[in-house]
Amino acid sequence: MSGRPGGTGRLVGTSVRRQEDPRLLTGRGRFTDDVHLPGMLYAHFVRSTVASGSVVSLDLSAVREVPGVVAAFDAADLGLGDITARLDRPAGEFVPTAMPVLARDRVRFAGEPLAVVVARDPYAAEDGTEAAKVVHDTRPAVTRDTQALAPGAPLVHDAAAANTLLDVTMFATEGIDSVFDRAHCVVDVETRTGRQNALPLETRGAVAAWDDRDRQLVLHTSTQVPHQVRTVAARCLGLDERAVRVLVPDMGGGFGLKCVVGREEIAVAAAALRLGRPVKWTEDRKEALTASFLAREQHYRVRAAFDAEGRMLGLDADIVCDMGAYSCYPFTAGIEPLMAAAEMPGVYRLPAYRARARAVTTNKAPSAPYRGVSRPQFVLVVERLFERAARELGLDPVEIRRRNLITEFPYTGVNNITYDPGSYRESLDLCERTLREEGWYAARDTAAAEGRHLGIGYACFSERTGYGSAAFAQRKMEVVPGFDLAEVRMDTSGALTVTSGTMSHGQSHETTMAQIAADELGLPLEKVRLHQGDTERVAYGWGTFASRSIAVGGSAVRRAAAELGRKLRHLAAARWGVPPDEVVLGPGAVRRADGTAELSHTELARIAYLATHLLPEGMEPGLTATASFDGVGDGTFSNATHGVVVELHEGTGQVEILRYVCVEDCGVAVNPQVVEGQCRGGIAQGIAGALFEEITYDAQGEPSATGFMDYKVPTALEIPDVTVRHLETPCAFTETGAKGAGEGGTIGAPAAVLNAVNDALRPTGVELNDIPVTPQTIAHALEQHS
Amino acid sequence: MKPAPFTYHRARDIDDATRLLSRLTDDGGDPRVLAGGQSLVAMMNYRLARPGHLIDIGRLTTLRGLRTGEDGALHIGALTTHHAVETAPDAVLAPGFTVLRDAMRWVGHLPIRTRGTVGGSLAHADATAEWCLLAVLLDAVIVAQGPAGVRHIEAGDFFHGHYTTALGPDELLTEVVFPRPAPRAALTEFAPRHGDFATVSAAVDLDVAGDGHTVRGGRVALGGVAATPVRVPAAEAVLARGGTAGPELASAVARAAAGAVDPPADAEYRRGLARTLVERAVRQAVAR
Repeated sequence: MSGRPGGTGRLVGTSVRRQEDPRLLTGRGRFTDDVHLPGMLYAHFVRSTVASGSVVSLDLSAVREVPGVVAAFDAADLGLGDITARLDRPAGEFVPTAMPVLARDRVRFAGEPLAVVVARDPYAAEDGTEAAKVVHDTRPAVTRDTQALAPGAPLVHDAAAANTLLDVTMFATEGIDSVFDRAHCVVDVETRTGRQNALPLETRGAVAAWDDRDRQLVLHTSTQVPHQVRTVAARCLGLDERAVRVLVPDMGGGFGLKCVVGREEIAVAAAALRLGRPVKWTEDRKEALTASFLAREQHYRVRAAFDAEGRMLGLDADIVCDMGAYSCYPFTAGIEPLMAAAEMPGVYRLPAYRARARAVTTNKAPSAPYRGVSRPQFVLVVERLFERAARELGLDPVEIRRRNLITEFPYTGVNNITYDPGSYRESLDLCERTLREEGWYAARDTAAAEGRHLGIGYACFSERTGYGSAAFAQRKMEVVPGFDLAEVRMDTSGALTVTSGTMSHGQSHETTMAQIAADELGLPLEKVRLHQGDTERVAYGWGTFASRSIAVGGSAVRRAAAELGRKLRHLAAARWGVPPDEVVLGPGAVRRADGTAELSHTELARIAYLATHLLPEGMEPGLTATASFDGVGDGTFSNATHGVVVELHEGTGQVEILRYVCVEDCGVAVNPQVVEGQCRGGIAQGIAGALFEEITYDAQGEPSATGFMDYKVPTALEIPDVTVRHLETPCAFTETGAKGAGEGGTIGAPAAVLNAVNDALRPTGVELNDIPVTPQTIAHALEQHS
Repeated sequence: MKPAPFTYHRARDIDDATRLLSRLTDDGGDPRVLAGGQSLVAMMNYRLARPGHLIDIGRLTTLRGLRTGEDGALHIGALTTHHAVETAPDAVLAPGFTVLRDAMRWVGHLPIRTRGTVGGSLAHADATAEWCLLAVLLDAVIVAQGPAGVRHIEAGDFFHGHYTTALGPDELLTEVVFPRPAPRAALTEFAPRHGDFATVSAAVDLDVAGDGHTVRGGRVALGGVAATPVRVPAAEAVLARGGTAGPELASAVARAAAGAVDPPADAEYRRGLARTLVERAVRQAVAR
């Protein structure tokens, strides 16, 4: 049934306007912080000021005396269970961490919550936290991966020897050492990538209240994974899951930071239960930067072997990810290293591969997935290796990629992953041709003659999307994501409500999911509304992450709509006394195929609910259907090539992006404009990682950034116009032919930008492999040369 | 990021404001003047500033606006916003002061410029703030009013260090006076992001003969290389030797400026920036 909807609608594939825009663009969105409940109190957290130490004493008595403060709770007061994420791996490979909701005896990063203060207003709550008397016994902090792994390093967790939470050698092709020994050319790259914050503009937040009538804790919170929050809240609080209802209002971004379960929302829920009053917590920007979840700090040492023609023969990777103080739930600290090791070969043919992947724990805020998850880093590493090999072998950097790109599909790699068809070669060709035809190669030559520094860089990559449970099972998580559920419900007027287990945090699901359902049933778009973000409304949902929503959730929506469509056809067929296959859904009504009769959706819905005596024998009243979909095999791979032209400015060291072209293929684009928006937003975040953002820690474990003065998130003024061009290789097994499109922009940008920078630096002999690249670094490189 | 408790006062007029300042200072109440609030409120939200009292001067409309004196000096009221200067017509901002208008594009972002004030920026005294640099470059006079009456403070004496000035705790900054037109002046700067405080900022004011291309002297000032904006005598000496306005002169002034400063952090990079930016500023000033 792949590719074409069963109905006659043709909304899929068109850039219909975003259904969510009118309210969001006119300030009528409703976010978690907009939830106001009668008698609501406000929470603020007492946080550790030291990165590592034991808590000698924590005295909250003065806090409770502060005007406006209603209560203050520490770990002992609340007695909550820990948040522990596990992998089903032996102790030698993985060590879990128990993350307490509030720290008890030990603190492991500056910003870790110690107590929650609840007050009549947020000002008093913050006043209250200042009155807490905390005595720490400070221990030496572990702030670098190399320090963490050094013999005799202080231990962040007593159970984690050598501060290692995960150590897996995932692949080791037989004879790989001799491949390197015999290779015509071996190149190596050592890369470090900076620690970043995914930075949803809407910070985290929660409003918790007990509902006596439903005997339920109602937890409004900004999360990508409502059911995961429900599970953890129920476990920590000792409630049945039924007794927790998670509601997600509009979200102002998530990017992975909100697909893990935090501690604060659980503490707020516990406080609300204790006090019998609603409690709200809205994370402030300082907390968001220092005490939420960070990502991306990785250290690679990778070698690649090539033959004389530039064909890659082997890849040997040592991957260390600095995951901070705790494993995140549910993905664990394995999320980054396992992704990197499993998928590093990417779009290239590779006969021999070895990868050791480690997660180390340090005294920093913990890491969570962030859009792209390790792929921005290992794509950067692999693309740097190709550039180096091209130089060594005297090959054009585009040509060497062409010689290695996978062109025959399906392709099963040395990493045991089967890649479904994509347009790897075509996207590179089109990207290069675009830059060439626009004259950028000539412009580079002209600039060089004038003593200016122009560079051109590319990145080729794929992005595994639509992971099913089989693919996720390879991660060996204790809980295995993969499938999703959808329900469609037509009301008595013929309008449709679609409920999905996915959770849009900006991806326009209200539009795209509605396009899919409307097409299937022949309804106009305005007759379809998506309902999401309510654990009461769908039996289970895995939420939105890993570019899964359209591929998996959208497929479930189409299946549910198709099931409802069958019922509508049967009903209409019975009314006309014809076989169901002579009934066509839409456009706008249900018709006989020969055009001799039609019934409106409204009329059929009326019969299904209000005139059920007219239903054919055996047909149940009502018009609802549910369906599930699970990703197939190893998932489906989107792909893209990014091409970037930069100019480096002497004196200031500024990197100016003159041109950015993205040629992407996410299969059938349900809404091309939404896909372009995803590309552009992702590219902006990738550029941020390449050139702007980093949270560093000093030797005491104090983070460098507490606000946007220090954390240099680029603005619209720093991000160039991006041209997005589409190729379409439909996915054979998702219901719409769509592949995921959420993360690709972020994945390609750091590599393409860094390659362009290095191309511009070529005359200087300086080569940069670490990101972010700062103006200071560039100025220094150019200064040395001139 | 909610401020610590404070008492809010709204001043009726300048006398009311200075009386409040004086009384609350004497009482140890640690008052602060609230103008546009673009720096102060952010610092209060981080609890880096914890004034006991805020005296809101937002209603003192007499402190708002630009006025040219009979002697040709430009008087800018303390409550004048950056945006008001940026959009001031020639009738209000004489052509000789265009450098002030052009410099405003470097001040924060548009929303900040619509609320942030000239007086607030001077009183806050960030070492790279555009108004501080312009004041030092152009010998501005800062007018302050306190219990002892009105004081006129030369810009060269006004800035004492990071966020510290000659302003007394009971004094209100009411006006800044730019005493003479500077038709061949320019300001430029560099920051990794648009709208940020500059890493280094540079401003020059050239004295050009009537022929339009012979430089007879001038001033050079830098921000971001010391705790306050500084004039750079070594670079001004190059200008004083005179010469034809052109790339050679710009380059010589820039080299002299870079060689004369000793930034406390990232010295090599900031010296390089100083050279690049002074050269740009000279070229822009020449081109006016």
